[in-house]
Amino acid sequence: MTAVRERPVLPAALAAAPPPPRHGRAALLTGGLLAALLLLALLSAGVGAYDIPLGDVLASVQHRTGLGGHALDRTAESVLWNIRLPRVVLALLVGASLGCAGALMQGVFGNPLAEPGVIGVSSGAAVGAVGAIVLGAGFLGTWTVTVFAFAGGLVTVVAVYAMSRSGGRTEVVTLILTGIAVTAFAGALIGLFIFFADNAQISQITFWQLGSLAQATWPKVLAVLPCALLGLAVAPLYARRLDLLALGEGPARHLGVEVERLRIALILVVALLTAAAVAVSGIVTFVGLVVPHVLRMANGPGHRFLIPGSALGGAVALTAGDLAARTLAAPAELPLGVLTALIGSPFFFWLLRRTRRKQGGWA
Amino acid sequence: MKGVTGVFRRRTRELPATAERGAVVAAADGVRVVRGRRAVLDGAGIEVRAGEVLALVGPNGAGKSTLLSVLAGDLAPAAGTVRIGGRAAGDWSAPELALRRAVLPQTAELSFPFPVAEVVRMGRAPWAGTEREAQDEAAVAEAMAATEVAEFAARPFSALSGGERARVALARVLAQRAGLLLLDEPTAALDLRHQELVLRVCRERAAAGDAVVVVLHDLGLAAAHADRVGVVHGGGVAADGPPAGVFGEELLSRVYRQPVEVFPHPRTGVPQVVPRRDAEAVQSGANHPA
Repeated sequence: MTAVRERPVLPAALAAAPPPPRHGRAALLTGGLLAALLLLALLSAGVGAYDIPLGDVLASVQHRTGLGGHALDRTAESVLWNIRLPRVVLALLVGASLGCAGALMQGVFGNPLAEPGVIGVSSGAAVGAVGAIVLGAGFLGTWTVTVFAFAGGLVTVVAVYAMSRSGGRTEVVTLILTGIAVTAFAGALIGLFIFFADNAQISQITFWQLGSLAQATWPKVLAVLPCALLGLAVAPLYARRLDLLALGEGPARHLGVEVERLRIALILVVALLTAAAVAVSGIVTFVGLVVPHVLRMANGPGHRFLIPGSALGGAVALTAGDLAARTLAAPAELPLGVLTALIGSPFFFWLLRRTRRKQGGWA
Repeated sequence: MKGVTGVFRRRTRELPATAERGAVVAAADGVRVVRGRRAVLDGAGIEVRAGEVLALVGPNGAGKSTLLSVLAGDLAPAAGTVRIGGRAAGDWSAPELALRRAVLPQTAELSFPFPVAEVVRMGRAPWAGTEREAQDEAAVAEAMAATEVAEFAARPFSALSGGERARVALARVLAQRAGLLLLDEPTAALDLRHQELVLRVCRERAAAGDAVVVVLHDLGLAAAHADRVGVVHGGGVAADGPPAGVFGEELLSRVYRQPVEVFPHPRTGVPQVVPRRDAEAVQSGANHPA
């Protein structure tokens, strides 16, 4: 009797009422991340060689913003406002830029392994920045390094994009291999710059290459602020189109996305964000890989939450990372880039294994 | 001031009017497409009319999918003209075209594990910001019911079987509610029941006034469900008309380079197309215990 096995039409139509969107979970995550960020920022502002109690931090911030509170003694005030806070703000900006750039890049390449560090864009931006240091270029003031990093990052991301695509598809292996080749080439260029650099420049470059926020100052914050804010503000506008791009280039176009234009715009935004991060903090890898991944697992792949969420998550990760880098081996300081790579690499490894198990290999 | 109104005019897209039954919705004429050095299509022409299911059939590599891409406005031909909704295909912007035609590609891919319901809802993207945005929920629910994918609405697309993915992809295309449906082998991955289901949906859409073009390999399905069949062969459309008129033994045997027999179904009279097999092969195939 086929009639028995036949699925009745009416219940199916009722069941078709789509499941409630996960606004609740997204809101919860956003709230949690914001709370964590605030807590970490306050903690990071207080903890260090010169401890400032949480209450004092709050009081001083209130005082400066004209909301009551009171000023601290001169040393505490100076440590807080000239050393700690620029560093916290910088960690926040760099982390947000890296997390956001990672989410965008994975969307553009349609590949969860794309990340500025993995595919060589950070290295490219580093070449620009190192070049600016060694050549002593200063015609754009504090923005010189950022501008050079942007140019380097842009050239690299365009090159990687062009080289790793064939027939409208980006193959994983090609993408990673292109990243290796680009990183190697960038390494050679940086080596060449170091060869021509004097001792002071070399120590500046070496320190910076490891990835660090130790030299944070307000002018540095200002140097990356426009790039980072512009990138972060523009990125969420592309969320819907990135969702559609997950269907592939053709179907996205059939749904009204002007794919080429979208790609170019997003590559510019990625270069902008990466440059902002790399220019001040050197190469800090894996934040852009790990953060979007964790969020995708928590709340699904929809970019409307993923893009701002990754920015927020990146800020949390880097604020925490920098706090750890400063305090774990106190009074010495671990390089931040080393720390993120220490945590990020095993994650990347696990990701490779997991994807391999699920898909049975790479296309 | 003119500049300002120009900007606004571009932003507010004109919604497509419903085409009258029988009106030409899309047409290709004298189309030539070259891939590498080979002309995949040369002088191909076909008209797609509202209220009609048009099946494109033909041997592998004949250019059926290419012709479909041309009709979709994806592929600009080297020669010839393509018109969609009364305008040259190249004159539409991507957002404008998305309101007028929906395309089902041969393979359904997804880079990230979106749940099924969200994949189907992506089909509504072109209407965002228009007055027809209000139909979103209804269109999604209807499309999911029609393709029988509602039961796994919450599952991630990546967890589905090939046939289920194909139906979800079709649901997304149906949810778009465009007046011109271009489906490239929608039945390829499907079982018997769902093949029939998909073509029934095509007929329903045509009955509602849409134009449906469907690339098919199964000539039986084409004969049973299409109003009109276009046989793509040798870079052009070798025959174009109702299945009963087009499906002749001589033409099909020549086009497929395989002798076929065509005979009417004893009950419905629909042409049945089967390869001519020698008696021995049939015997061994039918050799089952009674």
